Amino acid sequence: MHNENVALTVNGRRHALDLDPRVTLLDALREHLGLTGTKKGCDQGQCGACTVIVNGQRINSCLTLAVMHAGDEITTIEGLEEDGDLHPMQAAFVRHDGLQCGYCTPGQICSAVALLAEHKAGWPSYATADVATAPVLTDVEIAERMSGNICRCSAYPNIVSAIRDVAEGGRR
Amino acid sequence: MKPFRYERARSLASACASATEPTAKFIAGGTNLLDLMKLQIETPTHLVDINPLSLGDIEETAEGGLRIGALVTNSALAADMGVRRRYPLLSQAILAGASTQLRNKATTGGNLLQRTRCPYFYDTTKPCNKRVPGSGCAALGGINRMNAVLGVSDDCIAAHPSDMAVAMSALDARALKQLRLTAQPGRFRSTRSIVPPATPRILKPCWRRVN
Repeated sequence: MHNENVALTVNGRRHALDLDPRVTLLDALREHLGLTGTKKGCDQGQCGACTVIVNGQRINSCLTLAVMHAGDEITTIEGLEEDGDLHPMQAAFVRHDGLQCGYCTPGQICSAVALLAEHKAGWPSYATADVATAPVLTDVEIAERMSGNICRCSAYPNIVSAIRDVAEGGRR
Repeated sequence: MKPFRYERARSLASACASATEPTAKFIAGGTNLLDLMKLQIETPTHLVDINPLSLGDIEETAEGGLRIGALVTNSALAADMGVRRRYPLLSQAILAGASTQLRNKATTGGNLLQRTRCPYFYDTTKPCNKRVPGSGCAALGGINRMNAVLGVSDDCIAAHPSDMAVAMSALDARALKQLRLTAQPGRFRSTRSIVPPATPRILKPCWRRVN
């Protein structure tokens, strides 16, 4: 068994790494690149604290190997700010008090950013009555689409209102 | 997780040739396999990453059905407008399971080949005929409210883990083997699913999860 050379592109920066193939994308980000914004919760794909955006799609970074992501565009919570300004979704979470302890928040925000792109692309959810139509982003739709992110402080109502605010083009 | 050798597949033929060892596994989305590898329930010594292969398309068949590549993600299949218009049951069934993060990685082939979700399969301190054949079934006398009612045996009462597969069965879909290994006749190494033409129905089937 030997290490693999892998080049990861994270938040627009390319990093050459020499990794044991067992290292998950989550552990590569946290332990090898020092990007500790992405959190380890359950480490089995259920809590969503490790959510990052890969090639525009949100995934659980705990359930994928780092070596499988050579050439992919990886965005973590550290990569969402623009020129020192909070991303609109980060600002909305602050404004709506969409957190208490904050441990799940980086995953919640990455998930919410990708959620808006999925909705814009017309993706249905389990809450969509007729999957052949482009669904309206109601609170029920937002809650269903965020079901992969658990919040033990139960900040759910404020998380939903923060996401709705950004979806409706809310304040920056 | 036990150590393994990692390899990116270059072609279908080379992937199959690389995976001749009994302890070799293909990895695609990895959402089930890596979970089981962390628990050392799966301990492959050689992992062949098949993501570079061209198995990610949804194609129309001459008979008016759909041919779904093994690497089509659950999200892509559920969001495909052809599936949503003609087989809404399939879209709904996929969306009833897991989360968007998991569906973005999980593939059609992997969904069909995933292992059981019976809690005793995951608990290595308990007997499980699926994990260790002949060891017994702890679910029979255990906490089994989530296990199967129909199609069970004295050896195993696990429910099939896939919502998608149930919808595909209802739609008379077939799994096509694209390649098989001569060294291990009959063993599935690559799958594609085919959904037959939609037949007009008076009642529009819909998916409602009850557990």
